[in-house]
Amino acid sequence: MNRRDFLVSSAAGALVVGCAFGPTGGPVWQHHRRTGEFKPSAWIRILPDSTIVIVIDRVEMGQGTTTSSAMMVCEELEVDPKVVKVEAASSSRAYDNPDPQLGIQITGGSTSTASSWKPLREAGAVAREMLRRGAADVWKVPLAQCVAREGAVHHGASGRSLRYGELVDAAARQDVPKVTLKKPGEWKVIGKSIDRLDAAPKVDGSGVYGIDMKLPGMRQAVVVRPPVRGAAIATLDVAAAKARRGVVDVFAIPEGIAVVAEGYWEARTAAELVKVTWHDGAGGAIDTAKLIASAEKLLDGKGDKAHAHGDAYAAVKRGTRVEARYRLPHLAHAPMEPMNATAQIRNGRCDVWAPTQAPGIAQFRVAEALGMDLQDVAIHTTMLGGGFGRRLYQDFCVEAARIAARVGPVKVTWSREDDQANDWYRPMAMSSCVGSVEGGQIVGWLHRLTCESVLAATGGDFVGPRLPNGAPRALRRMFADSPPRMFARDTILDPTSIEGTDPPYAIPNFRVEYLPLDTGVRVGSWRSVGNSHTGFVVESFFDELCVAAKLDPYEARRKLLAKAPRHLGVLELAAHKAGWGAPLPPGVGRGIAMVASFKSFCAQVIEASVEGNRVKVHRVVAAVDCGRVVNPGLVAAQVESSIIYGLSACLKQQITFAKGRVQETNFNSFRSLRMFETPVIETHIVPSTESPTGIGEPGLPPVAPALCNAIFAATGKRIRTLPIEQALGGPA
Amino acid sequence: MVKLDVNGRPEEVAAEEDMPLLWVLRDKLGLTGTKYGCGIAQCGACTVHVDGQARRSCVLPVGDVHGKKVLTIEGLAQKPEGGTVSSPVRLHAVQQAWLDENVPQCGYCQAGQIMSTVALLAANPAPTDDDIDAALSANLCRCGTYPRIRRAVHRAAAALKGEAP
Repeated sequence: MNRRDFLVSSAAGALVVGCAFGPTGGPVWQHHRRTGEFKPSAWIRILPDSTIVIVIDRVEMGQGTTTSSAMMVCEELEVDPKVVKVEAASSSRAYDNPDPQLGIQITGGSTSTASSWKPLREAGAVAREMLRRGAADVWKVPLAQCVAREGAVHHGASGRSLRYGELVDAAARQDVPKVTLKKPGEWKVIGKSIDRLDAAPKVDGSGVYGIDMKLPGMRQAVVVRPPVRGAAIATLDVAAAKARRGVVDVFAIPEGIAVVAEGYWEARTAAELVKVTWHDGAGGAIDTAKLIASAEKLLDGKGDKAHAHGDAYAAVKRGTRVEARYRLPHLAHAPMEPMNATAQIRNGRCDVWAPTQAPGIAQFRVAEALGMDLQDVAIHTTMLGGGFGRRLYQDFCVEAARIAARVGPVKVTWSREDDQANDWYRPMAMSSCVGSVEGGQIVGWLHRLTCESVLAATGGDFVGPRLPNGAPRALRRMFADSPPRMFARDTILDPTSIEGTDPPYAIPNFRVEYLPLDTGVRVGSWRSVGNSHTGFVVESFFDELCVAAKLDPYEARRKLLAKAPRHLGVLELAAHKAGWGAPLPPGVGRGIAMVASFKSFCAQVIEASVEGNRVKVHRVVAAVDCGRVVNPGLVAAQVESSIIYGLSACLKQQITFAKGRVQETNFNSFRSLRMFETPVIETHIVPSTESPTGIGEPGLPPVAPALCNAIFAATGKRIRTLPIEQALGGPA
Repeated sequence: MVKLDVNGRPEEVAAEEDMPLLWVLRDKLGLTGTKYGCGIAQCGACTVHVDGQARRSCVLPVGDVHGKKVLTIEGLAQKPEGGTVSSPVRLHAVQQAWLDENVPQCGYCQAGQIMSTVALLAANPAPTDDDIDAALSANLCRCGTYPRIRRAVHRAAAALKGEAP
């Protein structure tokens, strides 16, 4: 068989082995030899039947990465995204998030599109070029005459075409080439609002979320958790629980008492039969009212300088002085799907199936808990029923692995109550702001902030997995232990605590101070992280200074943004689309806020009115600039999502502790926005040629200040403590 | 033994009578499209139809469903009339509207949202926005898909009446 015959016969679908010629020493060829597939990179597999599989490495938790990631690959691969198969990535270092601050396999920080923008398009281009070169070899024609289009390579002069699947062998023989990406004018997919690729299994019940996992011989477990985090078992009697029909085993684990049964209901009802008393320990002293009182006191003293220019202390003594204190509560993430994980340990390997945002951290934490090496733990990401930052923390994977080590394959499902009481909460944040206005201008701004450090609580998760897979366990642990120490001792100022405190407005005398707060409450990243509280304080206080200076809050912002064109762009677009300045019905007020976060920009104008302690939000007009937009429909969906998530939080939500016990234990006391309360939302996108930036979170920070500014405009009442409904005298 | 009809199939389930229908569906019958969200009828993720009425299966003892007809998200799509086993299913107009409006984000609540909507449209083929508020405010969505759900309900209503959306 000569080379040409071989290529043609293999292109026709025959799997030929043993014919090693051409540049075929590399992994692409080896993979082809083993599987018959063409796999030019970790993200693309092309099967001989022309099935194209795109591996999605940033997890899909609703934010649309399945669709946007596939679009970036398909643009360069010259394939219609509608015809590809998408698949969630398992754990592999190939899928480490290239964002320089992350560097592990993780989805968060609104990084997915931004950090994939170059690698995914390059992956598509590399595959396309190898397919074209393969076709040129098969046809023995110049490469320049081979055109890739709609999943096939075409040779115009001879009218021949080969589908990608027919080229797997010829393509797998090629060297991995350097590629040039298409110019924006050549894009066919990027920039279009194509339909979501992940929707079908979400409307017919066929999608498999973590909670739906099933393994052969799998048991189901629940965990009886201490009422106070960190409490120790004082007395334990599991006899009655063990005697319940369907129960397999009941035993103590570090997280509580595992109850393992044939099904969830048997386990849950048996859990009620566990007789346990607890030593609350230090956590039993945590009380929200006390935390607030001590944080209030903290704000009376000076803090560490976070930002400063000019002389704010002198400036706030001039002109008209404005003082305000703001307070934001702890918040739970409350994704719709409660935490859960399924684990199995076999032949020295641990497999975990879980709805996780961070397979890289899960792998690290599970390996650590079981005393295994990283490479012996595999994390399989299922569909995720929401994330919002909660699934960055892998306690649910670790305990499932522990229980599996004792009872075999097992799924552990948390109750809603478990989820509410064992979250990594958005920090409680309090601010003291002093400002001054003189001659119609803001001349001084002094902001003191205190909140718990997210990185002190969670930083180790992000550092431990960064070491290469073979690194010694002790070294990895040392690495993981260092950030909590540094941030807890305030050796390093946690950037997530102060992000957003330095607004772009040109204020001549400006100072921000941070005071570390240690409450014993376990905190974590909550959608938009520090910006979720700093945005409220900064944009509310700016509004207060405008009122004192008798300035229009929109025009005042505009004037101070002359050197910040992208901030100005969203501000002007939102104000224009909302009809800033146009008359409103009686009782309705209009508020504006603008926050830049995750390298994107978002301004919102909200129209609202108040009746008693009920707030009616009539309309939210948002303008965003997130650089180039891969899919405008997905951007709009994320802005809507952030606004509704943010409205739920600022209107209704808080987590409070009494004797260390979380008081808001389910959706009846931790309330969220519902259909009847949902305003009209309009999203406008500023056209941009900058590289893409985040959009899963930047829509959130402006919501609370824009709404409170609107409430002030409507009623003259300034809300400085969230949630709003409680501040207005409504239900706690 | 509890006897019930699930998605047109007679089932006999060995379950304690006070076991909620939700866990019978999920763990005994393998129908995991119906979701657990809160366990106290606050979120609607577990919504199914019992004899045509939208019910919260997380608080509904299976003993109370004895002899009744249960419809879950898995039973909503239909085989076309005269179709064979291998014929592709035709999505219910509500499911199709959900796709056309790109409603789902994480998707976890959507089975419940869809089942509530199907029940709404059966009782009220042309719901106003107020009617939609009344029927769907008991279904929680943490991703905030409400504006798209509202559009999809109107679209489905139009489709069921035979109008172009």
